[in-house]
Amino acid sequence: MTGASPLPLRLESVGLSRSGKNVLKDVTTTFAVDPPKTVIIGPNGAGKSLLLQVCHGLISADTGIVDWATPQNARALSRAQAMVFQRPILFRRSAVANLILALKIAGFAKSEWRDRADGALERTGLSRHAATPARSLSFGEQQRLALARALVVEPKVLFLDEPTASLDPAAAHLVESLIDEAATSGVKIIMISHDLNQTRRLADEIIFMHRGRIKERAPADQFFTRPENDLAQAFINGELLWRRRRSIFDGALVDDETCSSEDFNKS
Amino acid sequence: MDVIWQATLASFSMLMTLDDRLIEVILLSLRVSLTALVIASLIGLPIAACLAFTRFPGRKIILVSFNAMMGLPPVVVGLVVYLLLSRSGPFGVFNLLFTPTAMIIAQVVLVTPIIVSLCRESLESMRREYHDALRSLGATAAQAISVLVWDGRFTLATAHLAGFGRAIAEVGAVMIVGGNIDHVTRVMTTTIALEASKGDLVVALGLGVVLVLLSLTINFLVYGVRSLGEAKVAS
Amino acid sequence: MIKFSLSVALAFGLGLGAIMSLIMGLAPGGSILNGPNKTTDSFITVASTTSTQNSGLFDHILPKFKATSGISVRVVAVGTGAAIRLAQAGDADVLLVHHQASEEKFVADGFAAKRYPLMHNDFLIVGPASDPADIKGMADSAAALSKIATAKAAFTSRGDESGTHKRERGLWASAGVDPTAYSGAWYRETGSGMGTTLNTSAAMGAYTLSDRGTWLSFANKQNMIALVEGDPRLRNDYGVLLVSETKHPHVKTRLGQIFIDWLLSENGKAAINGYKIKRQALFHTAA
Repeated sequence: MTGASPLPLRLESVGLSRSGKNVLKDVTTTFAVDPPKTVIIGPNGAGKSLLLQVCHGLISADTGIVDWATPQNARALSRAQAMVFQRPILFRRSAVANLILALKIAGFAKSEWRDRADGALERTGLSRHAATPARSLSFGEQQRLALARALVVEPKVLFLDEPTASLDPAAAHLVESLIDEAATSGVKIIMISHDLNQTRRLADEIIFMHRGRIKERAPADQFFTRPENDLAQAFINGELLWRRRRSIFDGALVDDETCSSEDFNKS
Repeated sequence: MDVIWQATLASFSMLMTLDDRLIEVILLSLRVSLTALVIASLIGLPIAACLAFTRFPGRKIILVSFNAMMGLPPVVVGLVVYLLLSRSGPFGVFNLLFTPTAMIIAQVVLVTPIIVSLCRESLESMRREYHDALRSLGATAAQAISVLVWDGRFTLATAHLAGFGRAIAEVGAVMIVGGNIDHVTRVMTTTIALEASKGDLVVALGLGVVLVLLSLTINFLVYGVRSLGEAKVAS
Repeated sequence: MIKFSLSVALAFGLGLGAIMSLIMGLAPGGSILNGPNKTTDSFITVASTTSTQNSGLFDHILPKFKATSGISVRVVAVGTGAAIRLAQAGDADVLLVHHQASEEKFVADGFAAKRYPLMHNDFLIVGPASDPADIKGMADSAAALSKIATAKAAFTSRGDESGTHKRERGLWASAGVDPTAYSGAWYRETGSGMGTTLNTSAAMGAYTLSDRGTWLSFANKQNMIALVEGDPRLRNDYGVLLVSETKHPHVKTRLGQIFIDWLLSENGKAAINGYKIKRQALFHTAA
């Protein structure tokens, strides 16, 4: 791993609105090198994906500061991070060509392309598919390829947005072990998950979001045994938080039949 | 039906004997339409890229205009170009009327909107699809465009085929600006029109069959290149 | 962003263009944009009519002219009205049409110095062998048209302001009939050239007025035959005119005059008179 780490990433009062609705509200937090694996959880519409995209630089926050540690130009910054999306966006080329393109864009020397690409394919178990058109691969293989493409440029930070959402258990397991390996080799993992079991398995630290805000952040074991936030507790219990709101009288959580998922995005 | 059968026979006999006049007319048709395609592409692809990747005031109007221009009647285009190139017109000094160059100019007007509209659509949809991934990888604008154009090359090629088809098959524009002069500006379509007007329906239809075969051949060629290309990606 | 779009797409297009240029460089004629070939060929542009073109006259006489003079003649064949407009605009060097009144107006308006009478042929009324209006063999063409009107038999008109069309209108006037009142009924205006109109007549079983040149060389007669001919009113005179260089300084006056002189010379006349279809001469020069 060469170059200084761009971490810690500091967010201060970050806000974002979409179609007139505040979808991120006053988010203040810091992502550091440790702990290696941070998992963000929360109900639908909490703003998790948007937060990830703001951190990665795909969208700009409307208000607040997104500050990486070492001053970086855009190019170095993009080389230092990578992202895996929920659905793999692969180029209409062979698997190995996808990796080589990533290496080329990241500015690696041409002589290194083939070796690095082959290495990444091997680590993700895709060597025999090197020449296969990427879009002909199975969904699980595609997502593994997306992960390989993200890792082949040796990022310091890897963002993942529900990477195993559509995968069968075997494929999901493979991806999880790859994420583990990446974390072990020094890549900071910031991941969104909907799967509480997966979160239990992988997370060193958990961020719980609800309606555009960070409600709780704690080391994993602490979060699951003694969550401070009652919404978080309800979420862990598997309750559908999108029908839950605070009573205007005493602030306790109440079920609200008239509440709908759209209410989420109201401020 | 008898005429159609005779015409098919006539077309094969023309092709078999490699009739001199037929070859001359085919080569001129190809020269005019292919040149028009190349020029239309040189003009149209950058416009398509601009429309696909940038946003600016008036973009929607330009976009819709190009879509509408795909339906320009060739005879109208021919008339306008004729008036422009006539010795009594603004560009008369260049002496271009009744030459293959005039025909190329008219066909460029007809083909460019097709290139612009179809390529823009393809580039725009690919950009939507690739946008996040390319930004995530940190691609520069130039790198992004090169990926989009390369990955979209088959759709872009189909757009060019469509443009070529429009050019090779039209008669209205080339008749007016070319004058259908023997050995100079007579192409396949104007020959067909002439033979039909002389009542030589068999010859006219025979040439029509040849024209369709030509178009089919070109399409199969492109399809073959495409298949080879797709196979190569997998090999 | 725009700069990059342009540069990359330009590169793509140039690459394509390079390949195409290679293909086209190999085609006979060599250069891609084949404009007038100034180096080897001297040529003139003659505006004439579709009927003259379709008769095959030019295919017969122009090679002879080229052989003696080395000048190529490029014929643009359109309707008479369009040919005259072409010449007026200066897009042709020589005008060769067959409507004396229009030609004389052309001279009067200063677009040519004079009109040279060149040759003549004739018109004839052709129609279905069944001849529903019973006009076969009549000597008076106007009377024949009158019978067609009475019988309300189908008649196709070129309707395109050509020399043929104007002659047809004149004959109707002599017959005292206004056929346009029945346009769409038995009087069908095709707005097309002679050949196309004959195609339409043949398909409809209609009468029409045709010049002999187009008629003799027309290949799709089906069951149509010649019905009325020989009337002096059916005589069709051709004139040739050199476009004035006063009006259009760029006109190839010298070459154009050479062409006209040849047409009027013994050699030219012989070529014109010698053009036969099925042993019939189509055009007759002045003695």
